[in-house]
Amino acid sequence: MLDQWINGLVIGNLYMLTAIGITQIYGVAGVVNFAHGSVYMFGAYIGWMAITWFGWPLLPAIGLVLAGSALLGLLLERFAVRPFAQAGSTILLLTTIAAGLILDNAAQVIWGPQTQALRNPLPQWYLQLESGIVTLLDLFILACGVTTALILHLFLYRSRAGWAVRATAQDRDAALQMGIDVNGVSRLSFALAGAFAGLSGLLVGLYFNNIYPTMGASATLKGTTAALLGGLGNVPGAILGAYVLGIVEAFSVEWLGASYRNLVAVVLLIGVLLFRPSGLLAPRRALNPEPTAGTFIPHGRPLRFPRWVVPAAAAIAAALPFALVNPYPLQVLAIGWAFALMAVSLNLISGTTGQISLGHAGFVTLGAYASAIFTSRLDLSFAASLIISPLVAAVIGVLLCYPALRLRGQYLAIATLGLGEAISLIALNWDAVTLGPLGISNIQPPAFFGRELVSPVAQYWLALAILLAGVWIVHRLTRSHLGRAFRAVREDEVAARAFGVGLSRYKSLAFGVSAFLAALAGVFLAHSYSYIAPDTFTFALSIQVLTMIILGGRDNLAGAVLGAVLLIALPESIRFLGEYRFILYGLLLIVMLRFRPYGLLNSTK
Amino acid sequence: MSLLSVRNVHKHFGGLHALRGVSLDLEEGETVAIIGPNGAGKTTLFNLISCEDSPDEGEIVLDGRRIDSLPPHLAAARGLARTFQNGRVFGNLTVLENVLLGAHTRLHGLTDPGSRPLGALFLSLREIACCLIQPRRFRKLEAELAEEAKEILSMFGERLLPRLHQPAYSLSYANRRRTELARALALRPKVLLLDEPTAGMNPTETEEMTEVILQLQRRGQTMLIIEHKLELVMAVAHRVVALDAGAVLVSGHPEQVRSDPKLIEAYVGKTRADLAKENAALALTAEA
Repeated sequence: MLDQWINGLVIGNLYMLTAIGITQIYGVAGVVNFAHGSVYMFGAYIGWMAITWFGWPLLPAIGLVLAGSALLGLLLERFAVRPFAQAGSTILLLTTIAAGLILDNAAQVIWGPQTQALRNPLPQWYLQLESGIVTLLDLFILACGVTTALILHLFLYRSRAGWAVRATAQDRDAALQMGIDVNGVSRLSFALAGAFAGLSGLLVGLYFNNIYPTMGASATLKGTTAALLGGLGNVPGAILGAYVLGIVEAFSVEWLGASYRNLVAVVLLIGVLLFRPSGLLAPRRALNPEPTAGTFIPHGRPLRFPRWVVPAAAAIAAALPFALVNPYPLQVLAIGWAFALMAVSLNLISGTTGQISLGHAGFVTLGAYASAIFTSRLDLSFAASLIISPLVAAVIGVLLCYPALRLRGQYLAIATLGLGEAISLIALNWDAVTLGPLGISNIQPPAFFGRELVSPVAQYWLALAILLAGVWIVHRLTRSHLGRAFRAVREDEVAARAFGVGLSRYKSLAFGVSAFLAALAGVFLAHSYSYIAPDTFTFALSIQVLTMIILGGRDNLAGAVLGAVLLIALPESIRFLGEYRFILYGLLLIVMLRFRPYGLLNSTK
Repeated sequence: MSLLSVRNVHKHFGGLHALRGVSLDLEEGETVAIIGPNGAGKTTLFNLISCEDSPDEGEIVLDGRRIDSLPPHLAAARGLARTFQNGRVFGNLTVLENVLLGAHTRLHGLTDPGSRPLGALFLSLREIACCLIQPRRFRKLEAELAEEAKEILSMFGERLLPRLHQPAYSLSYANRRRTELARALALRPKVLLLDEPTAGMNPTETEEMTEVILQLQRRGQTMLIIEHKLELVMAVAHRVVALDAGAVLVSGHPEQVRSDPKLIEAYVGKTRADLAKENAALALTAEA
């Protein structure tokens, strides 16, 4: 009992160090900083280098971590946030995600993808209590947390610079007019937040005795959950939220098992978004109106090309197997078509209907698992599963997303991220049905009327046919009154509603069709890979697909397909790019949003 | 019976009592203007009627059925259309698409929004199927609506017809307001709610808009208008309702309301003579 309280407090302290940074940055820059976890991870690696390579004692190592991660925070502010300050918060969300992607993969390149051991240099002293022990490290972490909170409090409420930070958080424009250097405030906040995040990363590494390049993802999720629990932008709230999260987790690990740790956090995240989006401390009221109309990406309309171009491109794609001898490009392109279908389906939600979704991988996972289970356990044929599994996935997807559909902008984005995570965590924990972390293997290859499609050419054609069907469906829908209604929801929810477009109905329709198509891609991939595990389709895939539609142009079908083909085929065809693929995606996302935000196949003319 | 009647509605925002028992009736074919100083509660009342918000007390009845507490998209389906104070057009939709969206509730049997879950699921699937198959009946309806949209837009002469396929964000402010009005008309509303239809327009544009409103009136369109420009109010309104501090101050024939001293007081404060009288009265009570 006491053990869980101590555990919860220590973990809560660690979450607090990331949560206060996230909440502080939200206050000043208006964005949930998705690169925060990456700074935390870098902090851990800097500390690891100082301790294991240079043999420094703990305190100087901490000094180096603070300086290094503050610097990283500054870089983040300069390149991923400031250039987009006027572009709206959803764009900022995407640029911070891109920055995180770059940092995470840079770490893999620099330090390797393997887990590194981090030895705790503190003496192995501990205090034996009635029903638990307190180690020196526990006390040290508690001391770090309390000191940081105290320093931050004194800074915000007792210093002139802190005054400026609070003023900027309240009203950026007014602060600017009163002569506050808001960019300076922004830099200061990112540096502080970065330093705290780095410290937190190092302490977490010491606590669990290991560090790895992707450790930041869960830190971002936990920090965001804690910050949301306290109400975004509210520093004392974030501290409270972090303790609540830490203690709830400690107890659920005790009662349910260690694998539930993340699921509990995700459930808390979704719960707070649905029921108390302004946080536990705020009076129960709807969240602040966030203007999202047209803020996703600046305006642009599809470039026009002659009528014959699309059928001609489809015909060339279909004839490609006759021209190629080597099957490898066909295999890559088949995957490319499946991704194009995901991009087309995401485009329906994010491009046409204007609802940012970061959980698209969840729909793909749903489809893949549904089909794997139906065909292996219920002996359903592949052909039947190709229709039934996506339908099941669409129904589950809509039911899961429905309560979140009234959220807007970043809040919806985070909720969809949480839902996507929840889907793969359920797949991980529901052993009886999904076989847990092992995944389902030996999934039968695609087959029609008893004939198995195992050759690369056959699978290529199947993928292309599925893609074309998906494109046709989305094309028909978006060219009819439904497309008009979807776009009206994107442009102005209030006006759309006033003209009879029920928001939850049409958002559900968009999510339903989109989930169906994404799941269809999942079904194909599951049978093509013959294997599916909870981590086959991850958050990184959601971001990859989002990058595809930003590359091609929002609300642009041809653009989505082009974006997918470019992003899948390029890293494969240029070998040395393979290792840097995700860094490339991140850079591309930032560069596109900066210089051609409306995409390759849209223009503002 | 009146087409629209507002009965004794109250609305609070925190400590502010924004509407204190407002009642209002609108007969078929009638044009009623709501006037009043800033903060009188005009827009609040409008939001209640268009179901953007629901009243704390009182009821709103359209054509014999209560509509307060309906969500706005169902109110639209019952025949309420509104324009917004700032001209909320759909920026990335073309002018034609904007107007066609106004006819959304008229896509018969397709978009029925008010069913219970299972019915809603069935209707959603039918709506998707209809868009995928696009049967002839459906294409014909769309084509008819497009013709009608052009007809509506022709009310504004050559202002919008040449810009049918331009995105609405490229329009001038006045043209956006016109597009918005056209969109509202495409719903074929029983009651048309106009929130300051000429705000931000120059005198020529205001005059044009007045003409359009008169034309609608001649066709028998029932309208409720919020307007500050008294000239327009005098020209179009059959009746005027003046609000002040959340209550109906005076209502009646435009001429009559215009010269009512209570209204003048509400707008410009008390006249010097009134103040002198009051001071004298106060002085007397103080002496006593």
